Amino acid sequence: MHKAVPLFISLTLLSVASFVLAFSVGSITLNADQIFSALFQAEHNIARTIIWELRIPRAHIAFVTGGLLSLAGLLMQVLLRNPLADPYILGISSGSSVFALTAMALGLTGYWISAGAFAGALLSILLVFGLSHKNGDWNPSRLLLTGVVIAAGWGAMINFILSTSPDKPLRGMLFWLMGDINNITPEPASLFVLIAGLIMTMMIARQLNILSRGDLQAVALGVSVKPLRISLFLLASCLTAFAVIQAGSVGFIGLIVPHMLRLIIGSDHRLLIPASVLLGGSLLLISDTIARTVIAPQQLPVGVITAFIGVPFFLYLLNKNFDRNPVK
Amino acid sequence: MSLLNTINLNISIADKQICKALNISFEAGQIWGLLGRNGIGKTTLLHTLCHLRADYSGQIKLNNQNIEQLKRKTIAQKIGIQLQHTEDPFPSSVFDTVLTGRHPYISNWQWEDEDDRNKANAALAIVEMSELADRAVNNLSGGERQRVSLATLITQDPEIFLLDEPNSHLDLNYQIKLLQYLTDYAKSNNHLLIMSLHDINLAARFCSHLLMLTGDGQSIAGRTGEVLNQQNLTHTFKHPIHEITDGDKKYYLPS
Repeated sequence: MHKAVPLFISLTLLSVASFVLAFSVGSITLNADQIFSALFQAEHNIARTIIWELRIPRAHIAFVTGGLLSLAGLLMQVLLRNPLADPYILGISSGSSVFALTAMALGLTGYWISAGAFAGALLSILLVFGLSHKNGDWNPSRLLLTGVVIAAGWGAMINFILSTSPDKPLRGMLFWLMGDINNITPEPASLFVLIAGLIMTMMIARQLNILSRGDLQAVALGVSVKPLRISLFLLASCLTAFAVIQAGSVGFIGLIVPHMLRLIIGSDHRLLIPASVLLGGSLLLISDTIARTVIAPQQLPVGVITAFIGVPFFLYLLNKNFDRNPVK
Repeated sequence: MSLLNTINLNISIADKQICKALNISFEAGQIWGLLGRNGIGKTTLLHTLCHLRADYSGQIKLNNQNIEQLKRKTIAQKIGIQLQHTEDPFPSSVFDTVLTGRHPYISNWQWEDEDDRNKANAALAIVEMSELADRAVNNLSGGERQRVSLATLITQDPEIFLLDEPNSHLDLNYQIKLLQYLTDYAKSNNHLLIMSLHDINLAARFCSHLLMLTGDGQSIAGRTGEVLNQQNLTHTFKHPIHEITDGDKKYYLPS
């Protein structure tokens, strides 16, 4: 246990730092005093308005989305027993995108896009579950293939919508597909989903350690594999759906955060689960802060930044760890 | 006392009959060897005995209770199996892997305590892997992995040990050392051990009882001294096998 304490201290500090950074930079730069008084004193001024009405809601969305995606990615990797799995691999985000894009093509905005995204995610989850579960055979490769094929089908529909849409909504659609946090009304349910998901996955964390060693080994050690797999699938899907309705398909976070942590602390999910939420949240918040400031006043989709930061950092970690013992 | 018994057990996969109306009582303190040709169903039978598969007819009783009515965790506290294959797609240390053997005893929110860690360390010492405790499992050799899975089973501390070719990948030294340890341990604690083996002479040396699967659901079972002979072995392996006597010891060689 004690070997993880320094990691959790650093992750907590990183999370706090990412919030402070998100509060301070932007069109108007705020210093520590201004942030402190805006947060804790009831004085009405411009800083208070900026923090409470713009930066806190946006930071909230970014952090929660990052946490949801990392946790979902971690669960998908165990469920599919495949280190390359990410939250979108089973087509949840593509299904979501088809419906969100359809809403945009019809000229709908705001709430309707989120509602469409949620309906699409739900439909996709049910399709994959129903098709891969059909004859009671619930193995990772069948699930993976079903998901990948369904994702490909949604992909074709996305291309169809993009190529037949007029120019006006096209930019919004592309931003959605790249992953973008541009609204400032957080979905209150998503924080609840993240916390509930965190508690539920912590309850099954040790079972996940054993499940990742193979189904037979897990059963032999007393794990009821089938119900565990179904709950994993539903949990991961649900977490992904709530991330997608808030921010579209932000790439990379769900793939690399669990990996980075595995390289640092090994494969104990009791440590990986909370660490993933903290690291995923901080990384997406930092990325979003960069995305909205780096070429201000223009804003970049946050997915672009996560890939720019994620790729080199991940390659660095991977190489560093090849030199020595991969576990400790 | 019968720890594990089968009542009219029928197992078939596709159109291959593995056992037909098998009635065996496996008792505490016995060491059973499971012999048979490739693909005859030794692994399937071992998996069925610990309820890893449920596609059989007849009954399996664990301490006189129908195994189907027991919880997975309860079964895992009583029966441990060393599988032929384990997977490790994610890096995990040898120690953490061996510690998973304690899973059946720990509730969801609980962590392993000092006692669990001591058991894992003791098991690692038995298989002579203590120095590799921090190594990643995926960097080990085949024989070292085999010793890790035996250590996991020892850590699980069941009353019934099922071993599926425990000798695979092991060098001669560890084959004898580990089989000696496991069989001595089972006998002195009045546990039951059932293992599939390909080496007839090791079976002769370590097993008190033998179950030979001869194909088409037929089998020969009994005390080693009574069933281990040229004729039964030749029938089981479909290859002539000769008995060589050296003093009071008997050895079996394929001709």
